[in-house]
Amino acid sequence: MKNKYSIFSLIKNAFSYHENWQKAWKDPQPKKQYDAVIVGGGGHGLATAYYLAKKHNLKNIAVVEKGWIGGGNTGRNTTIIRSNYLWDASAGLYDHALKIWEGLSQELNYNVMFSQRGVMNLAHNLQDVRDLKRRTHANRLNGIDAVYLNTEEVKKFCPIINTSQDIRYPVLGGTLQRRAGTARHDAVAWGYARGADEMGVDIIQNCEVQGIKRNGDTVEGLETTKGFIKTKKVGVVAAGHSSVIANMAGLRLPLESKPLQALVSEPVKPIIDTVVMSNAVHAYVSQSDKGELVIGAGTDDYVSYSQKGSHQIVEGTLNAILELYPIFSRMRMLRQWGGIVDICPDASPILSKTTVKGLYFNCGWGTGGFKATPGSGDLFAHTIANDEPHKLNAAFNLNRFVSGDLVDEHGAAAVAH
Amino acid sequence: MFLINCPYCGERDQHEFKAGGEAHIERPKQPTELSDDEWAEYLFMRKNIKGVQFERWNHAHGCRKWFNMVRDTSNDQIKLIYKMGEKPPSE
Repeated sequence: MKNKYSIFSLIKNAFSYHENWQKAWKDPQPKKQYDAVIVGGGGHGLATAYYLAKKHNLKNIAVVEKGWIGGGNTGRNTTIIRSNYLWDASAGLYDHALKIWEGLSQELNYNVMFSQRGVMNLAHNLQDVRDLKRRTHANRLNGIDAVYLNTEEVKKFCPIINTSQDIRYPVLGGTLQRRAGTARHDAVAWGYARGADEMGVDIIQNCEVQGIKRNGDTVEGLETTKGFIKTKKVGVVAAGHSSVIANMAGLRLPLESKPLQALVSEPVKPIIDTVVMSNAVHAYVSQSDKGELVIGAGTDDYVSYSQKGSHQIVEGTLNAILELYPIFSRMRMLRQWGGIVDICPDASPILSKTTVKGLYFNCGWGTGGFKATPGSGDLFAHTIANDEPHKLNAAFNLNRFVSGDLVDEHGAAAVAH
Repeated sequence: MFLINCPYCGERDQHEFKAGGEAHIERPKQPTELSDDEWAEYLFMRKNIKGVQFERWNHAHGCRKWFNMVRDTSNDQIKLIYKMGEKPPSE
């Protein structure tokens, strides 16, 4: 039984100089056989294992991770959480996640620092204005809070934005989702890992999958760097490396893996208390609790697994940031990094069964998977446990690329992918 | 990367170029006879290789010509560049 984190446990451990905290999760070696194995120990993978154990009564579960948990895109994203997507299927998926976020710290007994500071999306031209108004109406029909703001209201909500109409891309308005916000990305992985571990899930780090063993059309197990693991159910949540894993099972996916960059500035006093995103000029910014500006840049247009992006992508984003926020002109950037995102042709994820029995894929989240972490884990666990999708992720199947029933969120999703 | 050797213009900065995705995907010769599965394969499914991959690139802010590139996607190293219509090298 894990110790409960509380003010009392904090005080108690202070007396021993915080040297005797219980380990949040164990570091086991893989068993020979599991009921289900999740490939990928990021937020989505750990959440999947957590909900499999919690809601579907599967106890013999492992998560295999080639590096350390939360070391991939979970630790590399800009932590934005929102659900203001245009299409009904997406709205259902992302708002399901947002509702879980609202109670997640309590549920996990782990502070994920979920902060509903609002997300504002800016419009810079007439088409943006029309698209954003349309999306606001669509959101409200789906029960998602959204309001349209004019230029003055944008300025009032975030006073440091340059709303002069004389700049290259003037701010004509924006949308605001007040329930949206940010969370501490590492804490999400750690909280789910701790919760899953407590229910008996084996979290196996430094264990890379090297092959998927099939018997005809059925999964038999995984070849890993820590030996063969027998299992009838494999849930792959490998983000940028999904195509690599699919290839091991002889499958092809409609994905391209591309570098997406982000950067943070030196820490400063509180200056921006919300998240502001701009699709047209591609700049989004928020401020972390440490005081750093967290800035999201765009994706490169070529396939790469190198976790590095091109210099001009960062330059373009910073140009846009400086035009919108002249106050940042003398700030220095502290760190810059890249992550590999798996992008679907319709910029919507895949949470699906495959033609191989017992093999499930959760991928294609592209540039915006972090916000969906709890919902994705919940729905993917449902799909694995029942061998059938939940009604909220039924539209996000692999077969949509054959039937043509795409969930086209390119552009509609409020930010360019 | 950083420098790309355009077969028509010579070495130029990477930001003059646009990536055009996987190379040597042949347009179906008889589109009317294609099944939905074959259309999906042609339109959406990609190799997305980690390692050596064949790609199309366009010198968008230069001569605007298309060409092929062999590139290692695990470290972004360019292995070979050859013109459109030329046969891909066998490894």
